[in-house]
Amino acid sequence: MASAQAGAAVAAHPSFVREKILLGMSVREYVRSCCTPANAVAAAILVVGVPILVYRFIAGLGATTALSQTAPWGLWIGFDMMTGIALAAGGFTIGATVQLFGLKAYHPIERPAILTAFLGYVMAVIGLLADLGRPWNIVMAIFNYGTASALFEVAWCVMCYTTVLLLEFTVPVFEWLGWKKLHSVMRNALIGLTVLSVMFSTMHQSALGSLFLLAPTKLHPLWYTPYIFVFFFISAIIAGISMVIVESMLSHRAFHSQVAGQHVDIDKLTLGLGKAGALVMFAYFFLKLQGVIDGHAWGYLATGYGAWFLVEIVGFVLVPALLFAYGSRNGNVTLVRVAAVMGVLSIILNRLNVSIVAFNWNQPVRYVPSVSEVIVSITLVTIGVLAFRWIVNRMPILREDPRFAEGHH
Amino acid sequence: MRIGRRGFFKIAAVTAGAAGAASASAALPHAEGTDTPGVLVDTTLCVGCRACEAACAEKNALPAPPASDDVMKQRRDTAPQVFTVVNRAEKEDGTVRFAKKQCMHCLAPGCASACPVRAMDKTPAGPVVYDPSKCMGCRYCMIACPFDVPKYEYDSWKPRVRKCGFCADRQAKGLKPACTEVCPSGALTFGHRAELIELAKTRIYTNPGKYVPHVFGEHEAGGTSWLYITDVDLEKLALRTDVPEKDIPSLVSGALGAPPFVMTLWPPLLMGLYAFSRRRDTVEGDAQENAKEDRHG
Repeated sequence: MASAQAGAAVAAHPSFVREKILLGMSVREYVRSCCTPANAVAAAILVVGVPILVYRFIAGLGATTALSQTAPWGLWIGFDMMTGIALAAGGFTIGATVQLFGLKAYHPIERPAILTAFLGYVMAVIGLLADLGRPWNIVMAIFNYGTASALFEVAWCVMCYTTVLLLEFTVPVFEWLGWKKLHSVMRNALIGLTVLSVMFSTMHQSALGSLFLLAPTKLHPLWYTPYIFVFFFISAIIAGISMVIVESMLSHRAFHSQVAGQHVDIDKLTLGLGKAGALVMFAYFFLKLQGVIDGHAWGYLATGYGAWFLVEIVGFVLVPALLFAYGSRNGNVTLVRVAAVMGVLSIILNRLNVSIVAFNWNQPVRYVPSVSEVIVSITLVTIGVLAFRWIVNRMPILREDPRFAEGHH
Repeated sequence: MRIGRRGFFKIAAVTAGAAGAASASAALPHAEGTDTPGVLVDTTLCVGCRACEAACAEKNALPAPPASDDVMKQRRDTAPQVFTVVNRAEKEDGTVRFAKKQCMHCLAPGCASACPVRAMDKTPAGPVVYDPSKCMGCRYCMIACPFDVPKYEYDSWKPRVRKCGFCADRQAKGLKPACTEVCPSGALTFGHRAELIELAKTRIYTNPGKYVPHVFGEHEAGGTSWLYITDVDLEKLALRTDVPEKDIPSLVSGALGAPPFVMTLWPPLLMGLYAFSRRRDTVEGDAQENAKEDRHG
C-alpha cells in the first residue's frame, strides 16, 4: 500500500532534472538530440571564441584588439554595446504596449520580447566587461559619482534596467518552477516594472547617444548633432519593433511545435507592428534630415561620407519606412517582414556608423576590427541565441503555462 | 490594480523627490576662475633642446627620451610612456620652430567630465590628475579630449590611462613643474594663468607682426592652463587646433538635464495611460454585462 503510494508520487513528480532540464529525456537521449548541424556550428564558434575571450583577460586588449590611441572604442562598444542595447528595445516597447497601453492582442509576443531584451543586456554587459581595461573596477561606478558624464547615466541605467528585466523574466521562470506564490507576486509587480522599464530605457537609449555630444570635432558633421540623444531614442523604438517582428517570425518557425494549437494570429500582429514601424520610421527619417539642416552639413552630402550617409537614411530608413507603410496597408506580411529585417540592419548600420565609421573620420589612421574582436562578437551573439533557445524549449515563453493562465490579468 | 487620485500624487511626489536629488548632485565641474597655475609656451623662443622631455621622463619615472635629435624629423605624439614631446616645423623662410605638446589642463576638462567614476579629476589647485585605483578602463576620457592627450596602456593586463599630471605633487610643495624648471631658453614660463595671458598679449602687442595675434588656450575648449603664442600654424607643430571654444562639459549638460524630467514625468504619465486603458476595459466589460442582462431580462 505504502509502496504503491510512493510509486504514484514518483509518477506524479518525476525527476526535476529529467523533466525540467533534459526535456523528459534520459541523459543519453538528450545528448543525442543535441547532435544537430546547427549545434555543430554553434559549438565550433564557441570552441574558437571562448578561448579568445579568456586570452583577452590574460594578455590584455592590445593582444586581442585593433584598438589604438586614436581609436579607443571599437567593435565591442560599437556592436555589442551600442547595437545590442538598441536591439533589446523590444522589451520595453512591447511591454508598454501590452501592460500600459492595454493592447492585449500583443500579449503573446511580450515574453519573447522581454527575454530577448534581457539576454541582449546580459550579452552587452559581457561585451562591456571584455572591453573595459580594468573590469574589476566596474563596482567603482556605485561608489563614485561622475554625474557630469553621460557614461555615468549609461552605467546606472544598465545596472537598473538589467535588474528590472531580470525581475520581469522571473514571471515565466516561476511558472516553469511551479512556484505559484512568488509567481503571483511578480505578476502583480509587472505593471510597476513595466513603468520602470520605459523610464530606464528612455534614459539609457538616449544616453548612449549623449555619449557622443562631447566629441563635435571627432564625429562626422553628418552624424553629429546636438539632438543625437533624441535620434538614438527614436531609432531604438524602430529597433525594438523591427526586432520583435523578425524574432516572432524566426521563433514561430524554429519552435513550431510550441506554438501549434495556439490561436495566435502572428500575421495580424506583424501587420499592426508594421503600421507602428512605418510611423516611427517616417518620423525618424525627417528628424535625420532636420539634423543635417541644423548642422549646416548639406555640403558634406557630396562627399564619400555623404554617399554613405544617404545609403543609411534613404536605403535603410526611407525605403523600409515605405515598405512598412505599403505592406501593413495592403496586408502584405512578407513585405512587412522584409522591412523589419531592413529596420534591424538600419540600426546596426547607424550605431556602427556613429561609433566607428564616422568617428575620427578626419584621422589619418583608421580603425578596422581585428579577427579576434569579430569572433568574440559573433561568440556573444551565439551564446545569446543558444540561451534563448534553451529557455524557450523549457520555460513558458512562446506559450503560457495552462496551470497559470488566467486570461487577461 | 487601480490607481486613485491619491496614488497619482504619491507616485508624482516620490519621483519628483528622486529627480530633485539627482539634479542637485549633477553639479558640473566649473572653470575655477582665472587664478589657476598656467604655463605660457612661446614657440619663437624654443630652441628644441628637448630638456623638458628629459626632465619629464625623470620626474615621472619614464624611459629616457631618445638622445638623437633625429627623432624630430617625424611628427611625434605623446604615448603611454611619453607625457611630453617636442615637434619641429619649418617656416617658409627656412627658420625652424618647435612646440612642446602635453596635457593642456583645461579649466573645464572634457576628460574629467566624461569619467563616470571620477578617476580623472580636476583638483581645486588646477592640475587634472588620474587615479588608476578608481579607473574601470572605459577610455571615455580619450574620446572626450579634444586635444587627443590621454593615452592607454593597451599592452598591459591592468592598463592605466597615462598623461601629464602638471607635476601636481611638485606644485603642492611650491615647486615649478619639472619641464618649466629646466627650460634654458625662456620658452616656458610658469605662473598664474591670468598674468600669463597679459604677458602673452604684451609680447604680441609690443612686437607687431612677429606673432600670430592669438593666444592659443585662452578660449580654446573653454580655456586651458597651458597657453601658446607662435608665429607659425600650431597645426604644423602637431597641436590639434580644431577645438571648439565652448568648454566640453557644456556640450553635454543639456542632455544630462533630461533624466530628472524623465523620472518625474514618465511614471505618472504611464500610470495615467494604464488607468485609462483599465477604465476602457471596465467600461467595455460593463457594456457587455449589461447587454447580457438585457437579453436575459
